[in-house]
Amino acid sequence: MSTTVEGRVWCFGDDINTDLIQPIHAILKPVADQPRYVFEANRPGWVDEVRPGDVIVAGENFGTGSGRPAARVLRDLGIAGVLCNSINGLFFRNCVNFAFAGLECPGVRDLFVEGQTARFDLATGRVENLSTGAVLEGRRWEPELLQIHHHGGLIEQLRAEGLLVGEAT
Amino acid sequence: MGMNIVEKILSGHSRHGEVRPGDLVVVGVDCAVGHDLSFYDGMWDEPKAVWDPDRVVLMFEHIVPPANAQSVEALDRARAFAKRVGLTHVHDIGPDMGICHQVIADVPYARPGEILLCPDSHTCSGGVMNCAARGIGIPELIFVMAKGYTWFKVGETVRYELQGRLQPGVASKDVFLHLAGTYGDHVGQNVEFGGPGMAFLSMDQRRQLTTMCAEISAEFAVFEPDAVLQEYLAQRNVGFDGAVSPDPDAVYADVRTLDLSLVEPRVGLPDTLIHNTIPLRELPPTPINRAFIGSCANGTLDDLHDAARVLAGQRVSPSVTLLVTPASQDIYRAAAADGTIATLVDAGAVVTSSSCGMCAGFQGRLGADDVCITSSTRNFKGRMGSTEAQIYMGSSATVAASAIAGRITPADVAGALT
Repeated sequence: MSTTVEGRVWCFGDDINTDLIQPIHAILKPVADQPRYVFEANRPGWVDEVRPGDVIVAGENFGTGSGRPAARVLRDLGIAGVLCNSINGLFFRNCVNFAFAGLECPGVRDLFVEGQTARFDLATGRVENLSTGAVLEGRRWEPELLQIHHHGGLIEQLRAEGLLVGEAT
Repeated sequence: MGMNIVEKILSGHSRHGEVRPGDLVVVGVDCAVGHDLSFYDGMWDEPKAVWDPDRVVLMFEHIVPPANAQSVEALDRARAFAKRVGLTHVHDIGPDMGICHQVIADVPYARPGEILLCPDSHTCSGGVMNCAARGIGIPELIFVMAKGYTWFKVGETVRYELQGRLQPGVASKDVFLHLAGTYGDHVGQNVEFGGPGMAFLSMDQRRQLTTMCAEISAEFAVFEPDAVLQEYLAQRNVGFDGAVSPDPDAVYADVRTLDLSLVEPRVGLPDTLIHNTIPLRELPPTPINRAFIGSCANGTLDDLHDAARVLAGQRVSPSVTLLVTPASQDIYRAAAADGTIATLVDAGAVVTSSSCGMCAGFQGRLGADDVCITSSTRNFKGRMGSTEAQIYMGSSATVAASAIAGRITPADVAGALT
């Protein structure tokens, strides 16, 4: 999988939590139906405006809360990645393990306004506002984490190693 | 340069030698705890084998008793997996059932100097045992079950030096609300608790603090080992040899004194606790119609005792429903034996079997017009039901007093709390 993401920006504030991304009632629904409930509490109707490849730019403490697969549901909605000033450690682990591009980059929230285009690279940490030319350095993913990303996530890695029951043939 | 507690535990489980903030370390895991929700439709991919059937534990606690067909399937899937790979520790619906973090401390599965992982954010709870415990996602649980190791990025550590002792009527929950309100998030940081004040905190009170550290986005939250922990472990025939203290020259991002005697009853305002808690006495009159005592943080025997002292001989307001959910069946049994359950029920509380219950929106869901005061872990918008509902947070004594009054109010019984 590519480590580079480029997409249209949607802006959010601080402390965007897992229950906003993936409400508990959504977890109990079929996986294919779960993306439609993203941000229903804080930005109703937003999921209908999102286009595949869009990018979320947020403030501090993105993804705080639960261990639920909130990174997966953003990925399944078509979001290409998240840039934020700071990222919850558990949410970040889920980003790595679901091969979803989450990058912590202090100050990034002020680098963008909604509708601009962001480009960033997990391998270098470089974040670029293609609409203004502004650049910031984020916290790049270590080689060990990029390895998981290249596999398409942790489950795909285990599957490739033949460690799961019911291998795809 | 010396290392702090988390750095020493991670270093001891890796081939890394000395570890520093910013390092990425691969560590062996001592215990992996899975829960019932891990086996829900769309969550579970089954490993062919587990690295050590004695070190993989299953707990049934989020979706018990099962209320829908998918939950029934999830529990059956978990049971079949446990049988096939030969797990030796399965806490099925029954006498040893409980919320995973309560049971992890009760057994205990979290042990001094060890590393424990579980696919639930409040796993930092286990740090009360001087264990590096943290939440992971379900894919990582499956990976760890198969391989017995994982990675960590070593974070900076903030140390809280506890001093003094709590005033009568002030709970450990109030200490956490003070911490979250004052210092806000701890993203990417570990929290280390120590200092002379910890001697006055029970294991339950300490664990309420470590559990709640998930709410400030801490990585690990650990207590220093002491005689209270040693005695707790001795009662369970568990050794203390692995206990890890910080080096005298350990490095911290910050060292903050927390004077327990200065903490007063507080309330968390709806939607987040980050810089969003105030002293109860500053809260404008706030009527409530829902109240909850429970969760992995505050379903302890201490909490039930606090609630019973406030509710003894009183009645829950007719406009309020009060649900009480002991964090484990062991606690339920103890509270039944000492009369606590009878006191709560006589006062009009509804006591449920042990589970995450209302905290995760699985029971007693809130409607759009509901205003709730809870002593559970999390008050995000929509967390307990409708996204319109308002969720305030306080100690279990505050919840009990508020349930009687029909509005958020402190427990006015001096010395009521343990």
